[in-house]
Amino acid sequence: MRQLSIVRTGPLCTVQDRGRPGRASFGVGRSGAADIASHDAANRLVGNTAQAATLEVTFGGLALRACFDAVVAVTGASTECAVDGVRQGLYSTIMLPSGATLTLAAPTSGLRNYLAVRGGIDAPTVLGSRSTDTLSGIGPEVVRAGTDLLVGTEHADWPAAEYIPEPLPRSVTTLRVEYGPRDDWFTAEAKATLIQQRWTVSQDCDRVGIRLDGPDPLPRAVAGELASEGMVPGGLQVPPSGKPVLFLADHPVTGGYPVIAVVTTGSMPEAAQLRPGDTVRFHLGRSAQFEP
Amino acid sequence: MILRSCGDRAILVEYTDLAETMAFFPSLRRTAPEDVEDLVPAARTILVRHNGNSDRVAAWIRAAEPADHATAPITEPVVITVRYDGDDLADVADLTGLTAREVIRAHTEQVWTVAFCGFAPGFGYLVGTDDRLHVPRRSAPRTTVPAGSVGLAGEFSGVYPRSSPGGWQLIGRSDTELWDVARTPPALLQPGTTVRFEQV
Repeated sequence: MRQLSIVRTGPLCTVQDRGRPGRASFGVGRSGAADIASHDAANRLVGNTAQAATLEVTFGGLALRACFDAVVAVTGASTECAVDGVRQGLYSTIMLPSGATLTLAAPTSGLRNYLAVRGGIDAPTVLGSRSTDTLSGIGPEVVRAGTDLLVGTEHADWPAAEYIPEPLPRSVTTLRVEYGPRDDWFTAEAKATLIQQRWTVSQDCDRVGIRLDGPDPLPRAVAGELASEGMVPGGLQVPPSGKPVLFLADHPVTGGYPVIAVVTTGSMPEAAQLRPGDTVRFHLGRSAQFEP
Repeated sequence: MILRSCGDRAILVEYTDLAETMAFFPSLRRTAPEDVEDLVPAARTILVRHNGNSDRVAAWIRAAEPADHATAPITEPVVITVRYDGDDLADVADLTGLTAREVIRAHTEQVWTVAFCGFAPGFGYLVGTDDRLHVPRRSAPRTTVPAGSVGLAGEFSGVYPRSSPGGWQLIGRSDTELWDVARTPPALLQPGTTVRFEQV
């Protein structure tokens, strides 16, 4: 039996895949890897199919062993990865011999790493996905020290990618946004402030969303309550405080505060790497290049 | 209907009222093309999540016809059994001008329909056939509402599938399993499901 044994984890380690879309009408969110680009890259580096599940490691602290000769890859935030103390490259294919220990340190920038093993993490599938939804609790249990994870057979021909360039860390994260759907609930000043101001990621930062702080809040043009409506990842929802919450993968299915703008799909991988203290700016419009 | 862009992968469709939303949702669900990843109905809106072909999806939305009730399948209502001993039953009686027994009878007499879900897996917002039980939410929400609590708020009734914070007026408790992740379907209540409450 091929297994990964978890020796220790950092603040949060969960199994994630591409989520369980199509179930919002009975109150179940899509969930899935917060930084889908890094998750996909990790799977490609070990020749897995697109459906394979990875480990999403939040703020490092991971140590694990395999009981077989495993092929793994680590992508995402800038961090140190080692096998039995020997430094390994991120965004490349790593041989993890049976019995050796792989460690991931806390990242120096960014927040989440994705560890893929050839064959995929074979955790139980719930409603079509192996993703852990931290808001509803649906999916596999959170990964902890002492957890043993089965490795599956979700791999294709070898290899899909030998090397993927590592993204460069930036001092200020710029996310592309489009106004709407409820930008008309806000003043013109609020809309301007959104894209002119430097925002700071607060301590309230998890898979559900990120609360942003800034010198000026976003004032409303319309008083009163909004009837709850469907929400999307990337939505910038503005509660009465005027400080927006940027929704991530485990956002609530519906919400009753207006969304002033939505981060584009192409910018969501960067949004999912934001950590407390980071600076964020919003830039209007989609990228000229192809957004997957 | 008004179509509002919601990022590059979703369109929020706004209808006049709940009745119009409930009329369009079945036909959108039945005719959804491959471009559509999910539909999220709510009180006045349906969010359409798609794969990026927004023009094609918008055209499909605009061409949709509301459901024809004459062709809607007739199904037996789901029965939810309730012990009517909720903490707010007396308050609801005061707010509606009914006695507690009349509140219970009004709740059990009506056929309720799931307008939409959300808030939590298995939670359905139910609309009745008359407005006798339309009451405001609690002015101060509770930090914990017991699992199975049956409540009223605005034009809706609902049952909390599990313990959570809540601001609805609680009139009873049910042991009916609204959510079972291992069951097919996992949610007892889905948009369009009809419901009757039965006192036990």
